[in-house]
Amino acid sequence: MAQPRADAPSKIILAGSDLSRVVDRIAHQILEKTSGATGTVLLGIPTRGVPLAHRLAARIHAFEGVEVPVGSLDITLYRDDLRLKATRALGKTELPPGGIDGLRVILVDDVLFSGRSVRAALDALKDLGRPSSVQLAVLVDRGHRQLPIRADYVGKNIPTALSESVKVAVTEVDGADEVRLIGGLA
Amino acid sequence: MIKHLRSAADLDAETATLILDTAAEMAALSGREVKKLPALRGRTVVNLFYEDSTRTRISFEAAAKRLSADVINFSAKGSSVSKGESLKDTALTLQAMGADAVVIRHSASGAPHRLANWVEGSVVNAGDGTHEHPTQALLDAYTMRSRLGRLDGLRVAIVGDVLHSRVARSNVLLLTTLGAHVTLVGPPTLIPRDISAKAQVSYDLDAVLPESDVVMMLRVQTERMQDSYFPSAREYSRRYGLDVPRLQKMPEHAIVMHPGPMNRGMEIAPEVADSPRSTIVEQVANGVSVRMAVLYLLLGGK
Repeated sequence: MAQPRADAPSKIILAGSDLSRVVDRIAHQILEKTSGATGTVLLGIPTRGVPLAHRLAARIHAFEGVEVPVGSLDITLYRDDLRLKATRALGKTELPPGGIDGLRVILVDDVLFSGRSVRAALDALKDLGRPSSVQLAVLVDRGHRQLPIRADYVGKNIPTALSESVKVAVTEVDGADEVRLIGGLA
Repeated sequence: MIKHLRSAADLDAETATLILDTAAEMAALSGREVKKLPALRGRTVVNLFYEDSTRTRISFEAAAKRLSADVINFSAKGSSVSKGESLKDTALTLQAMGADAVVIRHSASGAPHRLANWVEGSVVNAGDGTHEHPTQALLDAYTMRSRLGRLDGLRVAIVGDVLHSRVARSNVLLLTTLGAHVTLVGPPTLIPRDISAKAQVSYDLDAVLPESDVVMMLRVQTERMQDSYFPSAREYSRRYGLDVPRLQKMPEHAIVMHPGPMNRGMEIAPEVADSPRSTIVEQVANGVSVRMAVLYLLLGGK
Protein backbone atom coordinates (compact mmCIF):
# COMPACT_ATOMS: atom_id res chain seq x y z
CA MET A 1 0.00 0.00 0.00
CA ALA A 2 1.29 3.44 -0.91
CA GLN A 3 2.50 5.43 2.06
CA PRO A 4 2.00 9.21 2.07
CA ARG A 5 5.20 11.20 1.86
CA ALA A 6 6.83 12.29 5.11
CA ASP A 7 6.08 15.94 4.41
CA ALA A 8 2.43 15.26 3.51
CA PRO A 9 -0.09 17.43 5.35
CA SER A 10 -1.56 15.87 8.48
CA LYS A 11 -4.48 16.42 10.82
CA ILE A 12 -4.79 15.54 14.47
CA ILE A 13 -7.92 13.46 15.07
CA LEU A 14 -7.50 12.72 18.77
CA ALA A 15 -5.05 14.17 21.25
CA GLY A 16 -4.20 13.82 24.94
CA SER A 17 -7.34 13.68 27.07
CA ASP A 18 -9.58 12.84 24.07
CA LEU A 19 -7.66 9.64 23.65
CA SER A 20 -8.00 8.83 27.38
CA ARG A 21 -11.78 9.32 27.13
CA VAL A 22 -11.93 6.92 24.20
CA VAL A 23 -9.98 4.32 26.22
CA ASP A 24 -12.37 4.86 29.15
CA ARG A 25 -15.34 4.24 26.89
CA ILE A 26 -13.87 1.00 25.50
CA ALA A 27 -13.23 -0.14 29.09
CA HIS A 28 -16.88 0.53 29.96
CA GLN A 29 -18.05 -1.31 26.86
CA ILE A 30 -15.90 -4.31 27.72
CA LEU A 31 -17.38 -4.38 31.24
CA GLU A 32 -20.87 -4.14 29.82
CA LYS A 33 -20.52 -6.69 27.06
CA THR A 34 -18.66 -9.25 29.17
CA SER A 35 -20.81 -8.79 32.31
CA GLY A 36 -17.99 -7.52 34.50
CA ALA A 37 -14.92 -8.75 32.61
CA THR A 38 -14.53 -11.96 34.61
CA GLY A 39 -12.74 -14.83 32.87
CA THR A 40 -11.22 -12.33 30.48
CA VAL A 41 -7.64 -11.79 29.30
CA LEU A 42 -6.40 -8.75 27.37
CA LEU A 43 -3.68 -9.47 24.79
CA GLY A 44 -2.01 -6.46 23.20
CA ILE A 45 -0.46 -6.71 19.74
CA PRO A 46 3.00 -5.04 19.73
CA THR A 47 3.99 -2.32 19.53
CA ARG A 48 1.18 0.03 20.54
CA GLY A 49 -1.49 -2.54 21.31
CA VAL A 50 0.45 -3.57 24.41
CA PRO A 51 0.35 -0.23 26.31
CA LEU A 52 -3.28 0.17 25.22
CA ALA A 53 -4.13 -3.24 26.71
CA HIS A 54 -2.45 -2.22 29.99
CA ARG A 55 -4.42 1.03 30.05
CA LEU A 56 -7.70 -0.77 29.45
CA ALA A 57 -6.93 -3.16 32.31
CA ALA A 58 -6.08 -0.23 34.60
CA ARG A 59 -9.34 1.57 33.72
CA ILE A 60 -11.41 -1.61 34.20
CA HIS A 61 -9.77 -2.00 37.60
CA ALA A 62 -10.48 1.65 38.46
CA PHE A 63 -14.16 1.35 37.45
CA GLU A 64 -15.11 -1.98 39.00
CA GLY A 65 -12.07 -3.29 40.90
CA VAL A 66 -11.67 -6.29 38.61
CA GLU A 67 -8.11 -7.45 37.87
CA VAL A 68 -7.94 -8.42 34.20
CA PRO A 69 -4.73 -10.27 33.26
CA VAL A 70 -2.75 -8.62 30.47
CA GLY A 71 -0.29 -10.16 28.01
CA SER A 72 1.23 -9.48 24.64
CA LEU A 73 0.97 -11.43 21.40
CA ASP A 74 3.61 -10.92 18.71
CA ILE A 75 2.31 -11.73 15.25
CA THR A 76 5.48 -11.16 13.19
CA LEU A 77 6.12 -14.84 12.42
CA TYR A 78 2.49 -15.34 11.38
CA ARG A 79 2.23 -12.42 8.95
CA ASP A 80 1.30 -13.19 5.36
CA ASP A 81 3.65 -10.50 4.04
CA LEU A 82 6.72 -11.77 5.91
CA ARG A 83 8.49 -12.65 2.70
CA LEU A 84 7.61 -9.46 0.86
CA LYS A 85 9.69 -7.23 3.11
CA ALA A 86 13.11 -7.26 4.75
CA THR A 87 13.39 -9.44 7.85
CA ARG A 88 11.61 -7.91 10.80
CA ALA A 89 12.71 -7.97 14.41
CA LEU A 90 10.39 -9.91 16.70
CA GLY A 91 8.19 -8.41 19.40
CA LYS A 92 7.43 -10.00 22.75
CA THR A 93 4.87 -12.72 23.30
CA GLU A 94 3.99 -13.03 26.97
CA LEU A 95 0.93 -14.79 28.24
CA PRO A 96 -0.38 -14.06 31.74
CA PRO A 97 0.45 -16.82 34.27
CA GLY A 98 -3.08 -18.22 34.04
CA GLY A 99 -2.72 -18.78 30.29
CA ILE A 100 -5.63 -18.38 27.88
CA ASP A 101 -7.26 -21.82 27.82
CA GLY A 102 -11.01 -21.61 28.39
CA LEU A 103 -10.91 -17.83 28.85
CA ARG A 104 -12.29 -14.96 26.80
CA VAL A 105 -9.37 -13.32 24.99
CA ILE A 106 -9.71 -9.72 23.89
CA LEU A 107 -7.08 -8.77 21.32
CA VAL A 108 -6.06 -5.11 21.54
CA ASP A 109 -4.54 -3.19 18.64
CA ASP A 110 -4.15 0.45 17.72
CA VAL A 111 -5.51 0.56 14.15
CA LEU A 112 -7.81 -1.84 12.32
CA PHE A 113 -7.18 -1.59 8.58
CA SER A 114 -6.93 -4.53 6.17
CA GLY A 115 -7.64 -7.08 8.91
CA ARG A 116 -4.51 -9.05 8.05
CA SER A 117 -2.82 -8.40 11.40
CA VAL A 118 -5.90 -9.74 13.15
CA ARG A 119 -5.89 -12.86 11.00
CA ALA A 120 -2.21 -13.36 11.90
CA ALA A 121 -3.08 -12.84 15.58
CA LEU A 122 -5.82 -15.49 15.37
CA ASP A 123 -3.31 -17.93 13.85
CA ALA A 124 -0.76 -17.13 16.55
CA LEU A 125 -3.41 -17.58 19.23
CA LYS A 126 -4.34 -21.08 18.13
CA ASP A 127 -0.73 -22.22 18.65
CA LEU A 128 -0.80 -20.86 22.21
CA GLY A 129 -3.98 -22.42 23.51
CA ARG A 130 -7.73 -22.61 23.14
CA PRO A 131 -9.64 -19.58 24.41
CA SER A 132 -13.39 -19.97 24.91
CA SER A 133 -13.90 -16.96 22.66
CA VAL A 134 -11.89 -14.20 21.01
CA GLN A 135 -12.90 -10.55 20.70
CA LEU A 136 -11.16 -7.55 19.19
CA ALA A 137 -10.74 -4.05 20.59
CA VAL A 138 -9.15 -1.29 18.48
CA LEU A 139 -8.54 2.37 19.13
CA VAL A 140 -9.19 3.33 15.51
CA ASP A 141 -11.09 1.62 12.70
CA ARG A 142 -10.06 3.20 9.41
CA GLY A 143 -11.98 0.87 7.08
CA HIS A 144 -10.70 -0.83 3.87
CA ARG A 145 -10.99 -4.40 5.14
CA GLN A 146 -9.50 -7.08 2.90
CA LEU A 147 -10.72 -9.99 5.04
CA PRO A 148 -14.05 -10.78 6.72
CA ILE A 149 -13.01 -9.38 10.10
CA ARG A 150 -14.71 -6.85 12.38
CA ALA A 151 -13.97 -5.34 15.76
CA ASP A 152 -16.13 -5.84 18.88
CA TYR A 153 -14.99 -2.56 20.45
CA VAL A 154 -14.02 0.47 18.39
CA GLY A 155 -12.67 3.67 19.92
CA LYS A 156 -13.19 5.81 16.87
CA ASN A 157 -14.25 5.20 13.29
CA ILE A 158 -12.17 7.34 10.93
CA PRO A 159 -13.23 7.34 7.29
CA THR A 160 -10.04 7.40 5.24
CA ALA A 161 -8.81 7.22 1.67
CA LEU A 162 -6.36 4.48 0.77
CA SER A 163 -3.75 7.16 0.05
CA GLU A 164 -3.93 8.35 3.65
CA SER A 165 -2.40 6.74 6.69
CA VAL A 166 -3.35 6.79 10.36
CA LYS A 167 -0.62 7.13 12.97
CA VAL A 168 -1.34 6.37 16.60
CA ALA A 169 1.12 7.65 19.19
CA VAL A 170 0.94 6.62 22.85
CA THR A 171 2.86 8.13 25.75
CA GLU A 172 4.52 4.83 26.74
CA VAL A 173 6.13 4.45 23.30
CA ASP A 174 6.12 7.84 21.62
CA GLY A 175 6.05 10.30 24.53
CA ALA A 176 2.57 11.68 23.79
CA ASP A 177 -1.01 10.53 23.12
CA GLU A 178 -2.18 11.36 19.62
CA VAL A 179 -4.04 9.99 16.61
CA ARG A 180 -3.04 11.66 13.38
CA LEU A 181 -4.37 11.35 9.84
CA ILE A 182 -1.58 11.87 7.32
CA GLY A 183 -1.82 12.75 3.64
CA GLY A 184 -4.80 13.10 1.36
CA LEU A 185 -5.74 16.66 2.44
CA ALA A 186 -5.53 19.16 -0.38
CA MET B 1 20.46 -8.32 7.36
CA ILE B 2 23.43 -10.34 6.12
CA LYS B 3 22.91 -13.11 3.57
CA HIS B 4 25.36 -15.73 4.84
CA LEU B 5 26.77 -16.63 8.22
CA ARG B 6 30.22 -17.91 7.33
CA SER B 7 32.24 -16.32 10.09
CA ALA B 8 31.61 -14.61 13.39
CA ALA B 9 33.39 -11.69 11.74
CA ASP B 10 30.35 -11.30 9.44
CA LEU B 11 28.49 -9.93 12.46
CA ASP B 12 28.73 -6.40 13.79
CA ALA B 13 27.57 -5.67 17.34
CA GLU B 14 24.12 -4.58 16.17
CA THR B 15 23.42 -7.70 14.09
CA ALA B 16 24.81 -10.01 16.76
CA THR B 17 22.59 -8.38 19.40
CA LEU B 18 19.57 -8.71 17.08
CA ILE B 19 20.28 -12.45 16.77
CA LEU B 20 20.56 -12.85 20.56
CA ASP B 21 17.35 -10.85 21.15
CA THR B 22 15.51 -12.89 18.50
CA ALA B 23 16.83 -16.08 20.10
CA ALA B 24 15.35 -14.98 23.43
CA GLU B 25 11.91 -14.75 21.80
CA MET B 26 12.43 -18.11 20.09
CA ALA B 27 13.36 -19.63 23.47
CA ALA B 28 9.88 -18.84 24.78
CA LEU B 29 8.59 -21.35 22.24
CA SER B 30 10.17 -24.32 24.00
CA GLY B 31 7.72 -23.90 26.87
CA ARG B 32 4.71 -24.03 24.58
CA GLU B 33 2.51 -26.95 23.73
CA VAL B 34 2.77 -26.37 19.97
CA LYS B 35 6.51 -25.95 19.40
CA LYS B 36 6.13 -24.74 15.86
CA LEU B 37 6.12 -21.41 14.07
CA PRO B 38 5.05 -20.91 10.45
CA ALA B 39 7.79 -18.41 9.52
CA LEU B 40 9.75 -20.62 7.08
CA ARG B 41 6.88 -22.63 5.61
CA GLY B 42 7.77 -23.89 2.15
CA ARG B 43 11.46 -23.11 2.49
CA THR B 44 14.07 -25.83 2.20
CA VAL B 45 17.08 -26.09 4.48
CA VAL B 46 19.79 -28.60 3.59
CA ASN B 47 22.06 -29.93 6.30
CA LEU B 48 25.27 -30.76 4.46
CA PHE B 49 27.49 -32.61 6.91
CA TYR B 50 30.86 -33.87 5.73
CA GLU B 51 32.01 -34.46 9.30
CA ASP B 52 30.43 -36.42 12.10
CA SER B 53 28.30 -34.39 14.44
CA THR B 54 25.49 -35.13 16.81
CA ARG B 55 24.47 -32.00 18.60
CA THR B 56 25.03 -29.44 15.85
CA ARG B 57 23.18 -31.38 13.15
CA ILE B 58 20.28 -32.28 15.42
CA SER B 59 20.18 -28.72 16.71
CA PHE B 60 19.97 -27.24 13.19
CA GLU B 61 17.40 -29.84 12.21
CA ALA B 62 15.21 -29.07 15.23
CA ALA B 63 15.58 -25.33 14.63
CA ALA B 64 14.55 -25.56 10.97
CA LYS B 65 11.63 -27.88 11.73
CA ARG B 66 10.31 -25.64 14.51
CA LEU B 67 10.17 -22.85 11.94
CA SER B 68 8.23 -25.17 9.59
CA ALA B 69 11.00 -25.40 6.97
CA ASP B 70 11.54 -28.60 5.02
CA VAL B 71 14.80 -30.23 6.06
CA ILE B 72 17.01 -32.42 3.91
CA ASN B 73 19.82 -34.14 5.74
CA PHE B 74 22.89 -35.02 3.78
CA SER B 75 25.85 -36.81 5.25
CA ALA B 76 28.98 -37.68 3.31
CA LYS B 77 28.71 -41.33 4.30
CA GLY B 78 26.32 -43.18 2.06
CA SER B 79 26.18 -40.39 -0.56
CA SER B 80 27.89 -39.80 -3.89
CA VAL B 81 30.75 -38.19 -1.98
CA SER B 82 32.02 -41.71 -1.31
CA LYS B 83 32.04 -42.15 -5.11
CA GLY B 84 34.29 -39.10 -5.38
CA GLU B 85 31.83 -36.27 -6.07
CA SER B 86 33.35 -32.85 -5.42
CA LEU B 87 31.89 -30.21 -3.12
CA LYS B 88 31.12 -28.06 -6.14
CA ASP B 89 29.12 -30.74 -7.91
CA THR B 90 27.23 -31.52 -4.73
CA ALA B 91 26.53 -27.80 -4.32
CA LEU B 92 25.16 -27.55 -7.88
CA THR B 93 22.89 -30.51 -7.19
CA LEU B 94 21.53 -28.80 -4.09
CA GLN B 95 21.12 -25.60 -6.07
CA ALA B 96 19.09 -27.46 -8.70
CA MET B 97 16.86 -28.85 -5.96
CA GLY B 98 16.12 -25.34 -4.75
CA ALA B 99 17.78 -25.19 -1.36
CA ASP B 100 17.02 -21.85 0.31
CA ALA B 101 19.76 -22.38 2.87
CA VAL B 102 22.66 -24.77 3.16
CA VAL B 103 24.04 -25.54 6.59
CA ILE B 104 27.52 -26.92 6.05
CA ARG B 105 29.99 -28.75 8.25
CA HIS B 106 33.25 -29.61 6.55
CA SER B 107 36.71 -30.71 7.62
CA ALA B 108 38.32 -28.17 5.28
CA SER B 109 38.64 -24.63 6.61
CA GLY B 110 36.99 -22.20 4.20
CA ALA B 111 34.55 -24.69 2.62
CA PRO B 112 31.52 -22.47 3.46
CA HIS B 113 33.17 -19.51 1.71
CA ARG B 114 33.65 -21.56 -1.45
CA LEU B 115 30.14 -22.92 -1.23
CA ALA B 116 28.65 -19.43 -1.01
CA ASN B 117 29.99 -18.73 -4.51
CA TRP B 118 28.21 -21.74 -5.98
CA VAL B 119 24.73 -21.64 -4.46
CA GLU B 120 22.12 -18.91 -4.59
CA GLY B 121 20.72 -19.55 -1.13
CA SER B 122 22.15 -18.60 2.23
CA VAL B 123 25.14 -20.49 3.60
CA VAL B 124 25.47 -21.14 7.30
CA ASN B 125 28.79 -22.37 8.60
CA ALA B 126 28.24 -25.21 11.08
CA GLY B 127 31.97 -25.71 11.61
CA ASP B 128 34.75 -25.74 9.03
CA GLY B 129 37.99 -27.48 9.91
CA THR B 130 39.94 -25.59 12.54
CA HIS B 131 38.56 -22.28 11.30
CA GLU B 132 35.15 -21.20 12.64
CA HIS B 133 31.85 -22.26 14.18
CA PRO B 134 29.84 -19.03 14.43
CA THR B 135 26.52 -20.44 15.70
CA GLN B 136 28.37 -22.07 18.60
CA ALA B 137 29.86 -18.68 19.49
CA LEU B 138 26.38 -17.14 19.31
CA LEU B 139 24.88 -19.75 21.61
CA ASP B 140 27.79 -19.32 24.01
CA ALA B 141 27.26 -15.55 24.02
CA TYR B 142 23.54 -16.12 24.53
CA THR B 143 24.21 -18.45 27.46
CA MET B 144 26.60 -15.95 29.08
CA ARG B 145 24.13 -13.12 28.64
CA SER B 146 21.22 -15.07 30.09
CA ARG B 147 23.29 -16.31 33.09
CA LEU B 148 25.25 -13.14 33.86
CA GLY B 149 22.98 -10.48 32.40
CA ARG B 150 25.49 -8.77 30.11
CA LEU B 151 28.39 -9.30 27.73
CA ASP B 152 29.99 -5.86 27.76
CA GLY B 153 33.02 -5.89 30.06
CA LEU B 154 32.69 -9.60 30.84
CA ARG B 155 35.98 -11.40 31.47
CA VAL B 156 36.06 -14.68 29.55
CA ALA B 157 38.85 -17.25 29.76
CA ILE B 158 39.03 -19.76 26.90
CA VAL B 159 41.13 -22.67 28.07
CA GLY B 160 42.88 -25.52 26.30
CA ASP B 161 43.39 -26.55 22.71
CA VAL B 162 42.79 -23.14 21.13
CA LEU B 163 44.90 -24.03 18.08
CA HIS B 164 42.50 -26.66 16.76
CA SER B 165 39.35 -25.00 18.05
CA ARG B 166 36.95 -23.33 15.63
CA VAL B 167 34.77 -22.66 18.68
CA ALA B 168 37.53 -20.58 20.27
CA ARG B 169 38.21 -18.62 17.09
CA SER B 170 34.56 -17.71 16.54
CA ASN B 171 34.13 -16.88 20.22
CA VAL B 172 37.10 -14.51 20.25
CA LEU B 173 35.73 -12.65 17.22
CA LEU B 174 32.15 -12.47 18.47
CA LEU B 175 32.84 -11.76 22.14
CA THR B 176 35.29 -8.95 21.42
CA THR B 177 32.73 -7.44 19.00
CA LEU B 178 30.23 -7.48 21.85
CA GLY B 179 32.63 -5.84 24.31
CA ALA B 180 33.87 -8.81 26.36
CA HIS B 181 37.53 -9.26 27.33
CA VAL B 182 38.91 -12.62 26.26
CA THR B 183 41.97 -14.37 27.66
CA LEU B 184 43.29 -17.46 25.90
CA VAL B 185 44.87 -19.99 28.24
CA GLY B 186 46.79 -23.11 27.28
CA PRO B 187 50.22 -24.54 26.60
CA PRO B 188 52.20 -22.29 24.21
CA THR B 189 52.08 -25.02 21.55
CA LEU B 190 48.28 -24.83 21.43
CA ILE B 191 47.83 -21.04 21.28
CA PRO B 192 47.77 -19.80 17.66
CA ARG B 193 49.26 -16.43 16.75
CA ASP B 194 46.58 -15.04 14.47
CA ILE B 195 43.73 -14.62 16.95
CA SER B 196 45.86 -13.86 19.97
CA ALA B 197 46.05 -10.27 18.66
CA LYS B 198 42.39 -9.80 19.64
CA ALA B 199 42.76 -11.43 23.05
CA GLN B 200 45.15 -11.68 25.93
CA VAL B 201 47.25 -14.79 26.30
CA SER B 202 48.26 -16.60 29.46
CA TYR B 203 49.96 -19.93 30.08
CA ASP B 204 48.97 -20.03 33.75
CA LEU B 205 45.39 -21.18 34.39
CA ASP B 206 45.56 -20.71 38.17
CA ALA B 207 46.40 -17.02 37.77
CA VAL B 208 43.53 -16.39 35.35
CA LEU B 209 40.73 -18.22 37.22
CA PRO B 210 40.12 -15.66 40.03
CA GLU B 211 39.87 -12.92 37.39
CA SER B 212 37.24 -14.62 35.20
CA ASP B 213 33.46 -14.38 34.97
CA VAL B 214 33.31 -17.20 32.44
CA VAL B 215 35.67 -20.15 32.04
CA MET B 216 35.20 -21.95 28.76
CA MET B 217 36.95 -25.31 28.58
CA LEU B 218 37.82 -26.70 25.14
CA ARG B 219 38.06 -30.31 24.10
CA VAL B 220 41.55 -31.56 23.34
CA GLN B 221 41.11 -32.53 19.69
CA THR B 222 43.41 -35.51 19.46
CA GLU B 223 41.90 -36.44 16.07
CA ARG B 224 43.36 -33.26 14.54
CA MET B 225 46.76 -33.58 16.19
CA GLN B 226 49.58 -34.89 14.03
CA ASP B 227 52.35 -33.76 16.37
CA SER B 228 52.84 -34.06 20.07
CA TYR B 229 51.74 -30.73 21.48
CA PHE B 230 52.15 -31.70 25.14
CA PRO B 231 54.12 -34.45 26.90
CA SER B 232 51.21 -36.52 28.22
CA ALA B 233 47.49 -36.40 28.83
CA ARG B 234 48.17 -36.59 32.55
CA GLU B 235 50.45 -33.57 32.49
CA TYR B 236 47.99 -31.59 30.36
CA SER B 237 45.21 -32.39 32.79
CA ARG B 238 47.35 -31.34 35.77
CA ARG B 239 48.15 -27.94 34.30
CA TYR B 240 45.05 -27.08 32.27
CA GLY B 241 42.26 -29.38 33.49
CA LEU B 242 39.43 -27.82 35.50
CA ASP B 243 39.01 -29.77 38.73
CA VAL B 244 37.19 -29.00 41.97
CA PRO B 245 40.04 -27.09 43.72
CA ARG B 246 40.36 -24.90 40.63
CA LEU B 247 36.60 -24.37 40.48
CA GLN B 248 36.84 -22.98 44.02
CA LYS B 249 39.37 -20.38 42.89
CA MET B 250 36.79 -18.86 40.55
CA PRO B 251 34.57 -15.97 41.72
CA GLU B 252 31.20 -17.00 43.27
CA HIS B 253 29.16 -15.93 40.24
CA ALA B 254 31.48 -17.33 37.57
CA ILE B 255 30.21 -20.04 35.21
CA VAL B 256 31.87 -23.01 33.50
CA MET B 257 31.17 -23.71 29.84
CA HIS B 258 32.13 -26.47 27.43
CA PRO B 259 31.07 -26.78 23.78
CA GLY B 260 31.01 -30.60 23.97
CA PRO B 261 31.73 -33.37 23.44
CA MET B 262 33.66 -33.50 26.71
CA ASN B 263 36.63 -35.64 27.65
CA ARG B 264 35.63 -36.10 31.28
CA GLY B 265 38.72 -36.36 33.45
CA MET B 266 40.93 -34.78 30.79
CA GLU B 267 40.11 -31.07 30.40
CA ILE B 268 37.20 -31.11 32.86
CA ALA B 269 36.55 -33.15 36.01
CA PRO B 270 33.17 -34.94 36.13
CA GLU B 271 32.23 -33.14 39.39
CA VAL B 272 32.81 -29.79 37.67
CA ALA B 273 30.91 -30.75 34.52
CA ASP B 274 27.88 -31.76 36.61
CA SER B 275 28.02 -28.84 39.07
CA PRO B 276 25.28 -26.19 39.07
CA ARG B 277 27.81 -23.65 37.83
CA SER B 278 28.28 -25.58 34.63
CA THR B 279 26.08 -24.46 31.73
CA ILE B 280 26.85 -27.41 29.47
CA VAL B 281 23.29 -28.75 29.18
CA GLU B 282 21.88 -25.22 28.94
CA GLN B 283 24.21 -24.54 26.01
CA VAL B 284 22.62 -27.37 24.05
CA ALA B 285 19.09 -26.09 24.71
CA ASN B 286 20.11 -22.53 23.82
CA GLY B 287 21.66 -23.84 20.60
CA VAL B 288 18.23 -24.59 19.12
CA SER B 289 16.89 -21.10 19.95
CA VAL B 290 19.97 -19.37 18.53
CA ARG B 291 19.88 -21.41 15.32
CA MET B 292 16.17 -20.66 14.93
CA ALA B 293 17.03 -16.97 15.21
CA VAL B 294 19.79 -17.27 12.61
CA LEU B 295 17.62 -19.19 10.14
CA TYR B 296 14.71 -16.81 10.61
CA LEU B 297 16.84 -13.70 10.16
CA LEU B 298 18.62 -15.10 7.09
CA LEU B 299 15.56 -16.60 5.39
CA GLY B 300 12.47 -14.98 6.90
CA GLY B 301 12.42 -11.79 4.86
CA LYS B 302 12.78 -10.84 1.23
